[in-house]
Amino acid sequence: METTREGIVCNNLDQMDVVFERTKVLHDTPTSYCPGCGHSVAHRLIMEVIDELGILENTIGVAPVGCSVFAYHFMNVDMQQAAHGRATAVATGIKRVLPDKIVFTYQGDGDLAAIGTAETIHTINRGEKIVIIFINNGIYGMTGGQMAPTTLEGDVTSTTPQGRNTLIQGHAIKITEMAAIMDGAYYVTRQAVNSAIAVRKCKKAIKQAFQNQIDGKNGTNFVEIVSNCPSGWKMTPIEANRKIDEEVIKYYPLGDLKTPPKGA
Amino acid sequence: MGKKLLMKGNEALAEAAIRAGVKGYFGYPITPQSELLEYMATNLDARGGVFLQAESEVAAINMVYGASGTGTRVMTSTSSPGFSLMQEGISYMACAELPCLLVNVVRGGPGLGTIQPSQGDYFQAVKGGGHGDYKLIVLAPNSVQEMADLVYLGFDLADKYRIPTLILSDGALGQMMESVEFPEYNVEEHLVDHSSWTTIGRENGREQHYITSLHLLSEKMEEINIHLQDKYKIIQKNETRFESIQTEDADILIVAFGLSSRSSQKALELAREQGLKVGMLRPITLFPFPTDEIKHLAQIVKGILVVEMNAGQMVEDVHLSVGNNIPIDFYGRMGGMIPQPDEIVEKIKDLSKQVKI
Repeated sequence: METTREGIVCNNLDQMDVVFERTKVLHDTPTSYCPGCGHSVAHRLIMEVIDELGILENTIGVAPVGCSVFAYHFMNVDMQQAAHGRATAVATGIKRVLPDKIVFTYQGDGDLAAIGTAETIHTINRGEKIVIIFINNGIYGMTGGQMAPTTLEGDVTSTTPQGRNTLIQGHAIKITEMAAIMDGAYYVTRQAVNSAIAVRKCKKAIKQAFQNQIDGKNGTNFVEIVSNCPSGWKMTPIEANRKIDEEVIKYYPLGDLKTPPKGA
Repeated sequence: MGKKLLMKGNEALAEAAIRAGVKGYFGYPITPQSELLEYMATNLDARGGVFLQAESEVAAINMVYGASGTGTRVMTSTSSPGFSLMQEGISYMACAELPCLLVNVVRGGPGLGTIQPSQGDYFQAVKGGGHGDYKLIVLAPNSVQEMADLVYLGFDLADKYRIPTLILSDGALGQMMESVEFPEYNVEEHLVDHSSWTTIGRENGREQHYITSLHLLSEKMEEINIHLQDKYKIIQKNETRFESIQTEDADILIVAFGLSSRSSQKALELAREQGLKVGMLRPITLFPFPTDEIKHLAQIVKGILVVEMNAGQMVEDVHLSVGNNIPIDFYGRMGGMIPQPDEIVEKIKDLSKQVKI
């Protein structure tokens, strides 16, 4: 190995041990996400889990409307693209006619917690045996930075130019807490992807959620991932990740909100 | 054919759907179609399918979307206000070319309107309904027997062309009881191999399948639009269906579909008793519309009377078919009122005087 102006050059790759490989369940293509965006990490974690659990041939994903609308160009699994907010209804249709398949949705905060609130709540209430991945970055990234249902009080967006005023725009919604109190929920957790340790914990939670579905556990598996939006927040990626630690997880604390009773 | 049964239209339709191999039904209660939902709730699970009551029509149509994407025969049913709520999902299905059977047991509108029968959703059914350039295949039964028969055809056409197919019924056809016989139908012989596009997991490591209606590049989206329009032209060419009644010697032609064709047929008989040569053309497919047949008949008859249970919707398609070559009159009732045969006979007499018969 030598360091040159072009970077680190490795002359004897074949003699080295492979300690990390990109999962083939991700398409070999650049994503459409902005530099530093948490979506890319979340995508990788889910695809690694599908790879490691050996369920690629059995899995169907549902992509939402939002920044991750093109998820099927990055996730190399069978996928359906749903109308805005309807991902869990689409997933319900798939899972009900093919109950032995593994079905997951991947949804942002506008999709899952604003326009799709009814579908989200009733899917969990029915205890659909699917995995819901909920990316919460507190903003509408795709449409250019408008207020999301999860935008924190005081945060400036293009539709809250004076900052979110709870007397006018209401409160940042705690839909994961709502999910956790429903009898249909089997496993509800909130994770983040803003640090190496958070990423490792997040992957473990995603794996647990999929394993529960593989095991036929009776209920919905809901994984919120607190993420960032450097472009929408008008911050550098490092500043955005720091905001998650200093502000976002104060309001949206990380950890399991509902775990199955022992032996369930 | 099996034995003759006395059934409600909604129930006959549901029974036919089960016999046609429907494996998923997703719906929401609304009058006057709830018997269909209830029949599925009682029978579908026991006969190898899945019934699920959704939290809304919006959710129901998206469940249909998801299940259809696995290549399963699926359907939903509703009535007018619920059908409006489904338009978003139907537009997505039209673009993603997902087959399914839709049923609208139409009631009077606009708004919450009335639960009584109407044909006020004709435009919504045949001109697209949701956003974007698309069409559904639209089938219009006029009897309980056809409420059953058109289900088989509906599923077959949906599968053949990868298109949502709609049965446009109404509150009276849904609620009334008539005798019905269910035809022999071997489901296996009718199922189409959809395995080249369905999303059921990348079995044996095959390449990814995905279902989408998103094509951001204008060049690509136009390609999709052209493909859909080409498909509609093929459907127009191959799948037009209608019934002609005593048109051979007719001076006056009635054009009516669904329930209003029943009143019109009675009016035709009454008028013939009075010496007026009346015939009727009943479109069974509303899209594709029997344009060529109406154009042909317009060269033979002296005037056309369009009878509908709305303010005049299909009459526009008759005008488009015929042009201004002969007088086209319209008689419609709204709000759940059904045109009565004697009212239609009066309109026939008026038109006869106008065209000097």
